[in-house]
Amino acid sequence: MSAGRWSAGVIPYAEMGYWRPDYEPKDSDILAAFRITPQQGVPPEEAGAAVAGESSTATWTVVWTDRLTSYENYQAKCYKVEPVPGKEGEFIAYIAYDLDLFEEGSIANLTSSIIGNVFGFKALKALRLEDMRIPTHYVKTFQGPAHGIVMEREYLGKFGRPILGATVKPKLGLSARNYGRVVYEALRGGLDFTKDDENINSQPFMRWRDRFLYCMEGVNKAQAASGEIKGHYLNVTAGTMEAMYERAEFAKDLGSVIVMIDLTIGYTAIQSMANWARANGVILHLHRAGHSTYTRQKSHGVSFRVIAKWMRLAGVDHIHAGTVVGKLEGDPNSVAGFYDTLRLDRVAADPVKGLYFDQEWASMPGVMPVASGGIHAGQMHQLLHYLDEDVVLQFGGGTIGHPMGIAAGAAANRVALEAMIKARNEGRDFLAEGSDILRAAAKHSRELDVALSTWGDITFTYESTDTPDVVETPVSI
Amino acid sequence: MRITQGTFSYLPDLTDEDITKQVAYVLDRGWPCSIEFTDDPHPRNSYWEMWGLPMFDLKDPAGVLLEINECRKTYPGHYIRLNAYDARYGRQTTALSFIVQRPAEEPGFRLDRTEVADRRVQYRTHPYALDRPQGERYAR
Amino acid sequence: MTDRLGFGMRPEANGAAEDEPQAPPPLPPDASVDLARERAESQVDDVLDALDTELVGLAPVKTRIREIAALLLIDRVRARFGIDSGRPNLHMSFTGSPGTGKTTVAVRLAELLHRLGYIRRGHLVSVTRDDLVGQYVGHTAPKTKEVLKRAMGGVLFIDEAYYLYRAENERDYGQEAIEILLQVMENQRDDLVVVLAGYKDRMDSFFSSNPGMSSRIAHHIDFPDYEPVELEAIGRLMMEREGYRLSDDAEPVFRDYLERRRVQPRFANARSVRNAIERARLRHANRLLATGAPVDRTALTTLHADDFLSSRVFTP
Repeated sequence: MSAGRWSAGVIPYAEMGYWRPDYEPKDSDILAAFRITPQQGVPPEEAGAAVAGESSTATWTVVWTDRLTSYENYQAKCYKVEPVPGKEGEFIAYIAYDLDLFEEGSIANLTSSIIGNVFGFKALKALRLEDMRIPTHYVKTFQGPAHGIVMEREYLGKFGRPILGATVKPKLGLSARNYGRVVYEALRGGLDFTKDDENINSQPFMRWRDRFLYCMEGVNKAQAASGEIKGHYLNVTAGTMEAMYERAEFAKDLGSVIVMIDLTIGYTAIQSMANWARANGVILHLHRAGHSTYTRQKSHGVSFRVIAKWMRLAGVDHIHAGTVVGKLEGDPNSVAGFYDTLRLDRVAADPVKGLYFDQEWASMPGVMPVASGGIHAGQMHQLLHYLDEDVVLQFGGGTIGHPMGIAAGAAANRVALEAMIKARNEGRDFLAEGSDILRAAAKHSRELDVALSTWGDITFTYESTDTPDVVETPVSI
Repeated sequence: MRITQGTFSYLPDLTDEDITKQVAYVLDRGWPCSIEFTDDPHPRNSYWEMWGLPMFDLKDPAGVLLEINECRKTYPGHYIRLNAYDARYGRQTTALSFIVQRPAEEPGFRLDRTEVADRRVQYRTHPYALDRPQGERYAR
Repeated sequence: MTDRLGFGMRPEANGAAEDEPQAPPPLPPDASVDLARERAESQVDDVLDALDTELVGLAPVKTRIREIAALLLIDRVRARFGIDSGRPNLHMSFTGSPGTGKTTVAVRLAELLHRLGYIRRGHLVSVTRDDLVGQYVGHTAPKTKEVLKRAMGGVLFIDEAYYLYRAENERDYGQEAIEILLQVMENQRDDLVVVLAGYKDRMDSFFSSNPGMSSRIAHHIDFPDYEPVELEAIGRLMMEREGYRLSDDAEPVFRDYLERRRVQPRFANARSVRNAIERARLRHANRLLATGAPVDRTALTTLHADDFLSSRVFTP
C-alpha cells in the first residue's frame, strides 16, 4: 500500500484498518461485493478500504471519540480486491461487515449502512453493489415471504405449470366499469391473474374504490364461469401507509386473494405491507417500479440481484424479475441468477450468473418471480426453458391485443402453456421443437392459431447492458 | 360449461396414452401418484375423496392406469384427478394435478350476489351439483 | 370449450393431425433382415454371457432362456414385416432347491426381456406370501395390488409361491391373492411377467390344486441340484471375486467338505458354498492374528486346510 501517492486532505483508509487482506470473514458477517471505479491515481485497495470505511464507521477525519469504542468490531473490512476481467479501471472489492452493525429485521437499516452515503464518495468515479451474502443469523430476523411459492400454489390450487397473468391495458384512462370488463374477459378466457399497472393507484379517471368493486365483480364471475380460483392484483400503492392499509383492508373484505404494491413505496412500507399480507392471508405482489434507475448501469448503482435478496427478506410473495426474451432489459445468465436467488433454498456462488457468494436461505419460502413485458404465446418454449415452472408469465399486450378479443388472447396463452408443459413432460426437446408443438396445439385452438400468426415473429433482440462479467461470458439475446 | 382446474384443461381431453406419458414423467422424478374423485368440484373443495392410498415406489405407469380405470368403473360420472406429489425438502407439495375424467354434463356454478352497503357485493360460488344430494349429483 | 364466445375450435381440417408420430410402414414381402445385426443391436448377448459367467452349470435353464430370447428376437423381426404373432405368454415357474440360482436367473431374465422390448422397465420385484396376503378382511386386495403395481413394467418374482395356498383352510386370505394374481396375469400380460418359484414337489402339488394358475404358466423351468464338481467351481468363482485362493493342501479338503455337506440336512447349494467360504474367512483371519507374525500378500489371500477342517461337517 503506497500511501505516498495519495494527495493531501484525504485520510488513508487502508491504514486505518479498513483494508485487511488477511481477514477471514466469519459465518455471521454480512458480505458485500462492490464494483469500484477509483479516480485516477487511487489504488484499488485504498478505494475498497474507503468504501468499507464510508459504509461503516469512518468519517473524513480522525475523531477522538472513536477511542471510546471497540471500533475494530464496527469497522467494515475490505478483504479482497480483484480486477474485473476486460474492464480497465474497474475492480470488485469484497467487504465484510460485522452482524452487530445492523438492526434485526430492517431492510431500511441494512441499506442505510451499505448504500447510505458511500455512493456519492468523491474518490470513486462509480460504485455498484453487485451482490451480498446475508448470513443465516441475519436471514432469521426477517419474516420472509408472507406466503411463498408453495403456499401460494396450494392456496390457488394450481400445480405443475407457470401461473398466467396479464396487465390491464391501456395503463391509464379506463373507467372502473370498462376496466373490470378487461379483468373478466381475460380471466374467463383462461388466465389465473390480472394486474393493475404500477401507476394505477387512484386517479381522477378511476378512483381506487370503484376499481376494486368492478374488478372483484369480474374476478368472481370468471371464477364461477371456470370453476378455478382467479385473482386480480389490486394495487394498493398510495401516498401514506394509512391509505394503503385502508385499501388493502377493503380488498380483503371484497375477497381478493392478492394485493399489489410498488417498489416506490419504500422498503419500510414494503415490510409493513408484508406483515399485513401475512396477518390477513392475502398474497402480496410487488411491482419493481423504478428499479432500472439504479439497477441497469453496470458500473454504478445496485444490481437487481441485491434488490431481489432484500425483497425476499422483506417478505413479498411476487416480484418482477425479468423475462429474458421480452422487451425489457435481461441477460439470460443474470436473469437466471435473479430467479435462483428468489426461488432456491441454497444458492451456490456462480460467476456466470453474477452470483458472487453462496447464499443460504434457511428454509425461508421462495418468492414467485414474475416475467412481464413484451412476451407472447409464440415464445412459450423459450419462456419455459429459461424461467421453468415456478413463475408468473404476464402477457399484457399478448392477451388484450388479440384480434379475436381478450378472452381469446387469454385462451391462446393458456393453450400454448399447457401444450408446452405436456410436451416437456412427455420428454420432448421442447426448446428445439417449440414452434412445432405450438402449431400442433393451434390445430385444436383457433385462438392460438390467430395469436401465432399475429405475433409469431416478434422478438426483441438488443444487446443487454447488465451482463455479469466476473468471467468473460457470451452475451446473447 | 367446462371446469378448467388442473394442469391440462385447455387441451383436448387426455387419452390413456397421454396420461401414461405424464405418469412416466412423474415416476421418473420419484413422485408418488394419488387418485382422487368428487361430485363437488367447487374450487375451494381442496379435499376430493381419495381412491385408495397414494402409490409409492412404482416403476411403470401401468399400475397407475390400472387404478384410474378401476376408479372410472366405480365412479363413471364423477370428476377424477391424478395428483403427483413432490416430497423434496423445501417443496413438500403437489407437483402436478390434472383431471382424467369429467362427467358427461358439467353443470358448473351459479354466482350468488348479496348486495350490502356502500355498493359492495358479497359473492358466493354455488355448484349446481350441490342442489342434489350426494350420490345423485351426476348420472351414474 | 366450444360453448364460449370467441373460443371456437377449428374442425380437424385435413384428417388426422400431422403431429402424431406414425409407425414406420411394414417391410415389403421380398425384403430381408440381417439377423446377426438385429441380435447385436438388441444387446441380448451381453445378458446371456453374463448369465453364463455368473452361473455355473444349469445348462437346461440357460438353454431355455436362450430359446426365449430367440423367440422374442424373431417376433420383433416378424413384426417389421407386419406379421402379427400375438404376444407370447412368458409367465414362468422356477422350481428347484434353495441356492440353485433362481433369483439370479430372474434378475437376468428381467434385464433380457427389457432389452428385447417385452417389458418396459426391466426391474425385479421379489416377494413372498407376507407381502401379498393381509391379516384381516379387506387387507389382502390392496396389498396384492400394491405389489402388482410396483412390479408393473418388470418381473414379479414370488418365492415359495405355494404358501399362498393353504389346502387345510379354505377361507385363507391367500386364495384372494391368487385370484387377483390370476386376473392380472391374464389381462395385463403387457404390463408384467410373473415368476413363481419354490421346491419342485410342493410347486407341483400347488399347481394341481390350482389348475387356473397352472394353465397360465407357459414355462416350467427346473433348476437341478448342483453336482459336486459344479459346487467346487462355484466356490472357486466366489473366492476369486473376493480375493482368496486355496492352498494346495486345502483343495482336497474343500472338495471333501462339499461332498459331506451335500448330503447333510438343510443343504442349500450355492448358498451353502457361500456360507462355508464366509466361515473359512473368519477362521483365516483369526489364525493370522493368533500367530502374531508379520503377514505378506500370500498369507492374506490363502485359505488353508485348517480353515475348513475345523468345520462341524468334519466332526462325526
